[in-house]
Amino acid sequence: MPRPRPTADPAVITLEVNGERCAVAFAPHKTLLEVLREDLDLTGTKHGCELGECGTCTVLLDDAPVLSCLVLGLACDGRRVRTVEGMAEGARLHPLQETFADLGAAQCGYCTPGFLLTAQALLDANPRPTRDEIKAALAGNLCRCTGYLKIYEAVELAAARLRGEDAEPARETLYGRR
Amino acid sequence: MKEHPDAQYYIRGIELPETEVSTDLEPWGETRVVGKPLPRVDGYERVSGTAVYPADLTLPGMLYGAILRCPHPHAMVTAVDVRRAAAMPGVRAALTAFTPLDRATRPHADMIRTQLFDPHCRFQGEAVAAVAAETAYQARDALRAIQVQYEERPFLADERKALEPGAPQVRDSGNQAGETQVYQRGDVARGFAEADVVLDQEYRNECEIHTPMELHGCVARWDGDRLTLWESTQGVYNVQMQVAATLGMPFSLVRVVGHYMGGGFGSKLQTSKYSVVAALLAKTTARPVKLVLTREETLLAVGNRPASNMRLKAGVKRDGTITAMQFWGSGASGSEPAGGVSLLDWPVRDTYTCANVRTELTDLLINAGPARPFRAPGHPQGAWALEQMMDALAEAIGMDPVALRVRNVPTVSQARGNVPYTSTGLRQCLEQGAAAFGWDAVRAEIARQGNRGTVKRGVGVAAGLWVAGGGGPPSTAVVKIFADGSVNLNMGASDIGTGTKTVMAMVVAEELGVAPDAVEIEHADTGSTQFATGSGGSKTVPTESPAVRAAAVDVKRQLLELAAEELKVEVSTLTLRDGKVVSTQDPAVTRSLTELQGLRRRRSLTGVGYRGPNPANKAVTPFAAQFCEVEVDTASGEVRVVRFVAAHDSGRVMNQLTYQNQVFGGITMGIGFGLTEERVLDVDQTGKMANLNWHDYKLPTMLDVPADMTCVPIDPKDTECNATGAKGIGEPATIPTAAAIGNAIYHATGVRVTHTPVDPLRLVAALAERGEG
Ligand code: FES
Ligand code: FES
Repeated sequence: MPRPRPTADPAVITLEVNGERCAVAFAPHKTLLEVLREDLDLTGTKHGCELGECGTCTVLLDDAPVLSCLVLGLACDGRRVRTVEGMAEGARLHPLQETFADLGAAQCGYCTPGFLLTAQALLDANPRPTRDEIKAALAGNLCRCTGYLKIYEAVELAAARLRGEDAEPARETLYGRR
Repeated sequence: MKEHPDAQYYIRGIELPETEVSTDLEPWGETRVVGKPLPRVDGYERVSGTAVYPADLTLPGMLYGAILRCPHPHAMVTAVDVRRAAAMPGVRAALTAFTPLDRATRPHADMIRTQLFDPHCRFQGEAVAAVAAETAYQARDALRAIQVQYEERPFLADERKALEPGAPQVRDSGNQAGETQVYQRGDVARGFAEADVVLDQEYRNECEIHTPMELHGCVARWDGDRLTLWESTQGVYNVQMQVAATLGMPFSLVRVVGHYMGGGFGSKLQTSKYSVVAALLAKTTARPVKLVLTREETLLAVGNRPASNMRLKAGVKRDGTITAMQFWGSGASGSEPAGGVSLLDWPVRDTYTCANVRTELTDLLINAGPARPFRAPGHPQGAWALEQMMDALAEAIGMDPVALRVRNVPTVSQARGNVPYTSTGLRQCLEQGAAAFGWDAVRAEIARQGNRGTVKRGVGVAAGLWVAGGGGPPSTAVVKIFADGSVNLNMGASDIGTGTKTVMAMVVAEELGVAPDAVEIEHADTGSTQFATGSGGSKTVPTESPAVRAAAVDVKRQLLELAAEELKVEVSTLTLRDGKVVSTQDPAVTRSLTELQGLRRRRSLTGVGYRGPNPANKAVTPFAAQFCEVEVDTASGEVRVVRFVAAHDSGRVMNQLTYQNQVFGGITMGIGFGLTEERVLDVDQTGKMANLNWHDYKLPTMLDVPADMTCVPIDPKDTECNATGAKGIGEPATIPTAAAIGNAIYHATGVRVTHTPVDPLRLVAALAERGEG
C-alpha cells in the first residue's frame, strides 16, 4: 500500500545544526521544535506544552536561548542551532552535563536538555554568575521533579570548572546535614 | 489490621505469591556501596539527550493519533459525523461511540465499565472520538472536521453544593460516591469534656494537578495478535493488565515497555483511555500509532489531587495531652468515584497520640475530570488541617509547637489497633530538625525584633507520616552473573526519575562486590522482565530492594558453593569482593571469578529473589518534620519562602543523592500546593476550567523556591521492616510542607489562612478581615 506523506509543498532551508551545515525539507508550517524532532531526528529536545510556557524545548539559536516551539522552522534559514546532542564532544560530556548527572540535577531528565542549553548560554555570557543571576536566567524553565536546588548547584559547579578551577561538590551537597 | 476502606489499589492488601520467599537475610551492618551519594547509573542517557521517551519513538509507517474531547462539563452526545474528517488527506481511521469497534462496554479503568467513548460525557475533556492520520497536523485538522451534536445538561462544578436539593445529578446514583465512611476510637464527647481548651476550625484545599513535564502518551504496534505499547507509565504491568482486560486479550499478548518516562507523580500509575484508543487505532489501520496528549488534555483528563473541605475539632489539656479529635472531610472525586477523600483523615487518625478520635469522610461527584492518586493522596490536605490545629492548640495552652508535637509522638499505630511501628523517628525528626533549623533562637530573635514593618518574618513547623510506607509483596527479581564476572539485573519496576535503577544496582553491587555501573539493568518491560507493581506510593525501594537483594544473595550463594568446592574450604568462610572470591579468614585464599571452573562451564549463574511479607502485627511507616521561614509582604500579600529544613525518617538512606532529590522535589511540590497551584473552574457560568495552561496554572519556578533547603536524614536503623531497612521517601517529603508554610505565615502575621493556595488575594483578604494590610 502506498503511504503518502504530507501534501503541503515542503520548505527547504539550510541551517547549521550542532556545527554541521545541512539542508532540510519540511512542511512549511512546522516549528523549529518539530523540524528538529521529526525531520532531523534530534529527539533530545523535548516538548512540554508547545505554548511557550515551560522552557523544555529550549535550544540555542545563534547562541541565544529560544523556545523552539515558538519559532517557525522557516525563520531559521541560514542560522546556527545548538541542541543537547551538540553539547558533548563525542562521548565526552560538557561540564554542565557532567555536573547535572553527578549531582542529581536530572531526575526524570525531561526538563534537562532545556535547562542545560539555557545554562550554557548564561555561562557563555557570564562565567561567574551569582545565584540571583542563575535564578533570573533559568526561571523560564519548569522542572516538576528536582526542586531546582541541585540545578543551581550543578550550574555553579560547572561554572567553576569551566573557569578552570579544580572544584568539587560541597560535602552537604552530597550528604545533607549531619 | 483493617485496611482503610478507601485505600488506593496500590496499597490494598495483595495476596502473597505462592513462591518461596527469602526471609533469612540478615540486616546489613556496615555497607560499602549502599548509602553513598552515587550518581545515577543512567545519568549519561538523561543528560545527553540519548534517553528515548515514548514520544521520541518513530516506527516505520507510523501514524499519529488524536482524541476529540467534549468541550462541555456535562452533555449527551447524540450524533457524531466523521464523514468529512475521514475523507481528509492522510486520515486513516476515525473511531466514535457509533463505530462497531466501540459498541461493547469495556472495563477501561478501575471500577468503571462503560463504552470507551461514552455518549454521556460527564466532564470537560471526556473522549468523544479519535482519529489516526499520516501526520500530527492532519490528525488535529481531522478532529476539527468532526461534527458532534451535544445535548448540554445542567452541570455541577462545586462539590460543596453536591448534596443540596435540586443539584444537577452527575450520575444516576446521585452525587455521592458510596456511603459516608466513619472511623471511631474511644469517645470524643468524653474527650472534649476532659479538655482545658477545645478549638474548632474549617479548612479547604483547592484541586491540584500533577502536570509532569512529559506529556502522557504512547506508541502502539500490533504484530498479528500481539500488541506492543511503548508507554509513559509508572507501572508497565498495570498497563498490561488493564489494556488486556479492556481488549479481552491474554496478558501474555500485551507487551508494555516503559524504559524512560518524564515524571508521573501518580497520574501515570493507572491506565488511561488513550492507551486503549491508540491500540484500537493501530488495530484498525494495521499501522503503528503514536498518540501523545496535549498539555490541555493532561490538565483536564488524567487526574488531580481533589479539592478537600475539612473541619477539625480538637481538645487539649494544659499539660499538652490531646484528649479528642473529631474530623469531617469531603472531597470531589470528579465525574466518577476516584478516591475524592482517599486517606484524607489518616494524618488525624495516626500522627499523634490521642485516645478519642472520630472521622467522617464523604466522597462527592462533580462534572470535572476524575481524581487520581497524587503524591501522598489525602496526606498534605489532612496535614494542612491537623498541623495548623496543633499550632493553634500549642498557642492556646502556651506551649512551644515543637514541644507539643514531641509530647504526643506515638509509639504504636493507633489507627491500626495499636500495633507497634517497626521504627519511629518522629521525635528525632522534630528535635534534630529543630536544632538544625535553629528553632528556638530564630523564634526568640523574631520576638525580640517585634516584626513591625510591612514585611514580616515568621517560622513554622509541621510533622507528618505516610500510611503506605514499607511497600510489600509481590515482586520478583533475577540477577545473572556471567563467566567474565559481569552482572545483569532483571526487574519489572519502572524508574520514574527517582533513581530506582541506581539504588537497585547499588544493592547488587553491595552483595556481589562489583561496581554499581558494572551492573547492566533490564527493567520495565512486561515482555522480558519480572513482575513488579507500579512505582508509586513511596513503595518502590522498600518493595523492590529486598527482592533484588535476595536475588543477588541467591546467585552469590551458588557462586560461593562452586568456589568452596574448588578451593576446598568451608563455604561459610568465603565472600565476594572486587570481582574475586576471598576468604574472610585466610588472605591467601582468593580466586577471581573468571578462574572459577564451575562458572566457566556453566557460562552464567542465575539467582532469583522474591519480596517476602512485611513483619506480622507491625506497621512500617516513614515520618517527617519540616521547618520553614517565610517573609510575608502584608501590603501585597506575597509570601516568600526563605528556607526549609526537612528532617526525615524513611529508614535506611539507600543513596544520599536520590534521597535529597526526593526531599527537595517534595518540598517544592508542597510549596506549589500551599501557595500557587489551583484548578480554577468557572463554577457558576460555564463549568469549564479557566486556567488550562501553565501560564495560568502556576507551578513554582526557580524564583519561588528557596536556594536554602537542607535535608537532615534520620536513620533509625530499622532491622525489622524488610531486608534493606528502607521505608520510602517520595511521599513523606511533600506531606508537611504546606502546613509548615501556613504556620509560618501565622507566626509572621497573626492571621491564619485556612484555604490553599495562599495566594496574594487570599492573604490580603484575610489580613483585611483582621483590620490589617
Ligand atoms: S514546549 Fe516550548 S515552552 Fe513548553
Ligand atoms: S527532572 Fe523531571 S522535570 Fe525536571
